[in-house]
Amino acid sequence: MELIYILVIPAVTAGLSLVPARRKSAPVLTMLGSLAVFIFSLPVAFRAGRGVEAVAIRNWISCDSLGALVLLLVAFVGFTAAVFSWGYIEKIVAAGNERKIRRYYALYNLFLWSMLAVPILSQVALVWIAVELTTLLSVFLVSFENTPEALEAAWKYVVLTCMGAAFALLGVLILYWGMSISGKGPFTWQGLVTASPGISPMLLKTSFLFILIGFGTKAGLVPLHTWLPDAHSQAPSPVCALLSGIETTTVLYAILRLLPIMQAAPSIHVETWFMVFGLLSVGTAAFLLIQVKDYKRLFAFSTVEHMGIILVAAGLGSSAAQYGATFQMVSHALSKSFCFFAAGSTLLSVGTRDITAVRGLIRTSPVAAVALMMGGLAIAGAPPFTVFLSEFFILKAGLASGHYLVTGLLALFIVIAFCGILFPINRMVFGKPPELTGRTTVPTTSIVTLVLAAIPVILLGLYLPSPLHELLRLAAASLGR
Amino acid sequence: MTEPHMALSVLTKLNSLSGGLFLLTAFGIIAMRQVLASLNLFVFQSILLAASACLLGFQHGSIHLFAVAGITLLTKSILIPFLLRRTLNQEVYARREISQVLNIPTSLLIAVALTIFAYFLSSPLLSGVVEPSVKFNLPIGMAGLLLGAYVVMVRREAVPQVIGILSMENGAFFASVSIAPDLPLIAELAAAFDVLIIAVVMGLLTRRIHERVGTTDVGRMTSLKED
Repeated sequence: MELIYILVIPAVTAGLSLVPARRKSAPVLTMLGSLAVFIFSLPVAFRAGRGVEAVAIRNWISCDSLGALVLLLVAFVGFTAAVFSWGYIEKIVAAGNERKIRRYYALYNLFLWSMLAVPILSQVALVWIAVELTTLLSVFLVSFENTPEALEAAWKYVVLTCMGAAFALLGVLILYWGMSISGKGPFTWQGLVTASPGISPMLLKTSFLFILIGFGTKAGLVPLHTWLPDAHSQAPSPVCALLSGIETTTVLYAILRLLPIMQAAPSIHVETWFMVFGLLSVGTAAFLLIQVKDYKRLFAFSTVEHMGIILVAAGLGSSAAQYGATFQMVSHALSKSFCFFAAGSTLLSVGTRDITAVRGLIRTSPVAAVALMMGGLAIAGAPPFTVFLSEFFILKAGLASGHYLVTGLLALFIVIAFCGILFPINRMVFGKPPELTGRTTVPTTSIVTLVLAAIPVILLGLYLPSPLHELLRLAAASLGR
Repeated sequence: MTEPHMALSVLTKLNSLSGGLFLLTAFGIIAMRQVLASLNLFVFQSILLAASACLLGFQHGSIHLFAVAGITLLTKSILIPFLLRRTLNQEVYARREISQVLNIPTSLLIAVALTIFAYFLSSPLLSGVVEPSVKFNLPIGMAGLLLGAYVVMVRREAVPQVIGILSMENGAFFASVSIAPDLPLIAELAAAFDVLIIAVVMGLLTRRIHERVGTTDVGRMTSLKED
């Protein structure tokens, strides 16, 4: 039943946000709505951690362990980003333009709704539609600031991801065809895992490649990533947190779901595809990170890197590596959204995205500086933050399963990316400012969000609560046959 | 030859005819310079998709496919052209695109190569398949998909890029009427709705770009890139 509430609440708040009422009504409503969604997603995740699948309508709306994990992440980041939006949007939208603010929150809720639908829907054709809707409902959030650059980014975003979606559509249809040849079953993820040994390997392979190309475009896998740094840097910062933190994760979730289905036919070598595409993404992103001049773009490239890491981990094949992959999904979503909240606070206090123009942030805006430094350390994988732990698990599992070359390359790229992220951030925070400027303040909601988002980033690096551990373990188990 | 066989073979032939014309319109969208002409070709292509769905529906005796044909006709050949022409003014459609990335003869040669590639991709899937409609529709649908992708890559104007994406979806659905004739109707409806949203979102975005940047030549917007 919770699943139905989760799908209904954002749709209702989206409608209510458009009602012209008091200035504060839309942000407060959105915040409360996303908080309710988060609260409803908790029991779903708890039960999934004990191995109980949440079912609202069998074969249509249900949520197993992997789905519940993604649902929990989407709900959490959706809530924190809603809190962050309050102060941020009020500051960037000119006073008196209430309509624009209301439109922002309506789109925000719809976008959140589409992302929540991806893990909740179990019918694969509907999952495709939900993934496509995540693009279409976020286009005007990307172009929200209406600058020529934002419009360009939005155009690239919608054209490339819709192209990808059309490829994925044919892949999904071929999968459906294979399903109907092999005899009838429900066209769900679970049904496909059961039916896939009976489907001809050629059909599976073709549909796998079409879906990998299609959804890979949206997850930002190299060489189809070109739109991602643009869209993820031009959008308003709370939207960036959604795009980079969880939208990519939901799409990657759809790709990872293919793993157990395709393992039915060893001739596809699905693990090899994952490792090759993953390493290509990690490597390219690591080297592109070095030359970035815009700090939001820096975090966007780091998303490409992390998508690659998760894909490699899933492709390593052993159950320990798959545990690492699911853990990395969690730590990436939490840390990356935190990074964009920090970047947003920095942008509010300095007014520029240019790395070289920001020096000595620790003097002008201590809150933003501390957050940015912590975000940089967290996402680059320094201890004691959660990304460190998950990357450590993955590398350990990689060595244990004997993939020395892949693990070595992965470790090398992670180190390059570590330097690529931390050198510019270090200069921004501690560098010598050209002239002394006055202190600037950050909105209260931003500080609240930063604290809220920082809790799991630090906590999960030190201690993994056993319900979450069980959920991760079960989710990892559903990635194997 | 008995009566039902005759009818079946006529249906198959008619389906082949609509498939051939479908492929031809995909080539036409590549070759047309005028924006309005590409839009009209897209409408024609959607009608052919509906025709194929109808013919296969008749053949399989499936009401489902008739519904698909109806939805396609309503959304793609009536609503989408209406919405696209509503959101953008006439001047955009009268425009002729002189500078494509590649000239038209080269484009058509590449399109031929893509079509052969589509047949190459689909032939291993078709071994052991007996239904003539699948043998016919799948490669043509795949070719439609690839040709649409090619349109998006070479055209610089915004509206032809939108049409390219919509014709990619047409290609996927042209394959689907034969390989997935019993896809749940709710999925078909949602997909049709989705295509409508694509047209509206991209149309509105084009209008914003036109207002803000002063051009719909999106191929020239290249301020965001790595140095």
